[in-house]
Amino acid sequence: MNRPPSASVFPGQLAWENAGTSRIPFMSYTSDALHKLELERFFYRDHWCYVGLEAEIPSPGDFKRTVVGERSVILVRDMDGQVNVVENVCAHRGMSFCRERHGNRKDFTCPYHQWNYSLKGDLQGVPFRRGVKQGGVVQGGMPADFKPADNGLTKLKAAVRGGVVFASFDHDVEPLEDFLGAKVLAYFDRLFDGRALKLLGYNRQRIPGNWKLMQENIKDPYHPGLLHTWFVTFGLWRADNKSQLVMDDHHRHAAMISTRGQTGQADEVTQVASFKADMKLEDPRFLDIVAEPWWGGPTAVMTTVFPSVIFQQQVNSVSTRHIQPDGHGAFDFVWTHFGFADDSDEMIQRRLRQANLFGPAGFVSADDGEVIELSQQGFEQKPFHRTLAELGGTGVGDTDHMVTETLIRGMYEYWRKVMEA
Amino acid sequence: MSTPVAIDFETYHALVQLYADYAYAVDSGDWSLWPDFFVDDCSYRLVPRENHERGFPLATLAFESKGMLRDRVYGIKETLFHDPYYQRHVVGAPLVRAASDGRIESEANYAVFRTKLNELSTVFNVGRYIDVVVRTAEGLKFKSRTVVYDSEMIPNSIIYPI
Repeated sequence: MNRPPSASVFPGQLAWENAGTSRIPFMSYTSDALHKLELERFFYRDHWCYVGLEAEIPSPGDFKRTVVGERSVILVRDMDGQVNVVENVCAHRGMSFCRERHGNRKDFTCPYHQWNYSLKGDLQGVPFRRGVKQGGVVQGGMPADFKPADNGLTKLKAAVRGGVVFASFDHDVEPLEDFLGAKVLAYFDRLFDGRALKLLGYNRQRIPGNWKLMQENIKDPYHPGLLHTWFVTFGLWRADNKSQLVMDDHHRHAAMISTRGQTGQADEVTQVASFKADMKLEDPRFLDIVAEPWWGGPTAVMTTVFPSVIFQQQVNSVSTRHIQPDGHGAFDFVWTHFGFADDSDEMIQRRLRQANLFGPAGFVSADDGEVIELSQQGFEQKPFHRTLAELGGTGVGDTDHMVTETLIRGMYEYWRKVMEA
Repeated sequence: MSTPVAIDFETYHALVQLYADYAYAVDSGDWSLWPDFFVDDCSYRLVPRENHERGFPLATLAFESKGMLRDRVYGIKETLFHDPYYQRHVVGAPLVRAASDGRIESEANYAVFRTKLNELSTVFNVGRYIDVVVRTAEGLKFKSRTVVYDSEMIPNSIIYPI
């Protein structure tokens, strides 16, 4: 389809070619109106969004400013030790009052008029609420029927599992475990198995592409052996890797599970032109991989939880990758690398070293950001067109191989169901 | 004000020359020049200021040997797909923190501009080098270079050395 179907390069309406989801309209990535509807339906209603790790706020009063969708929120541990998530908008004049990215507080005060909130988000102080006495007469003040209880910060529903905190503006959202579904929950629990997490640090990047492209990137096992030639060159990606793709019942979340091939000559099984059998790292410590008991086999599990987060295990490197949309054409991608409290110093060092593969400068992740930026450029110039995700057919289902784009089709099956409702 | 450290003019001149040569090399497009600014047993770390100031060990890039730097050069030239760009470093005057027996601890502010083909130049990454420089038979070399950047929100990706 090299000419617009009707007359216009700029269609007024999103149009799918058929009832399936293997041909995704470019317009689903380029429309501000659709983007706002996605925020409403995926980020602000019916879904849990990732907000952080308990290890980021270990002590009472610790807080971290983050976002749910495009709304600034504060993840905070209160004096009772409970984890709360509140919206960073003052109930009085709407100011986004919290400016530090992290810290420790006994309460929150908006600097504009000193309205003061508890760490649970309850309004507890309004200056001059009872007015000011001047010459024996009380002047001004809030109306007598003003109720602090009705004027707290917006409180989100929070759920903590395995040290990971999710939040939702929707208090009727289903339980987190149901939201993840049994199959994806099993992979979540494999990584976050209850051991205390040790925070290693952050990487942040702004990727000029639609946020869904990041979900799709980690639902696309077609590209790693082709785009990420570093993986292939140094034998980490091999065609004899044992693989499995699983989804939740809604096909919105997924796990890509792979176990490194161990048998045969790597060059016989790689089947990719960029593999170079004689190419060796000058410093092999980048790939000083040591199997860990909790892996239970798989050497890499990449879990996409729709819409907001990716959980990464790539050999010894583990991280959360938080997707923070910024309009239809960009998102911030925040990487939080961690280890486990019972890690040896050597294991921490190994995780940090393998982190060179990932993040905004990583040997295999930097190019993901680049291709997302350039995909968005293609969409913007040709919004009447569509992508083609038909590797492995046009259907949706779990597989025991990687030669398929089924997870992308599954995500759009869910997307259509929610967006067309 | 920092406390002035006594250093002879010749040494200071050599240090300034090292900084200028490094900026020239990483802007030249010939990435193979980069590892030779370091001793074999070296450290190069590119670190967001937040991690540096909060004591988090994660770096955006963390290399622990000249071999790792050469591996990075290979990655830039052969494996990392990226939209090509020019980069231009502007490096401030080095501030010497300590100097003794052929070892200098110094710092300098830097700004890197990025220019993609057919696009306007933009501020790409700004920050501070924190260095340990040692005297070798081939002149001054970096024993360690910690690049602490203020520009924590990276404009998509960093491919070339800073």
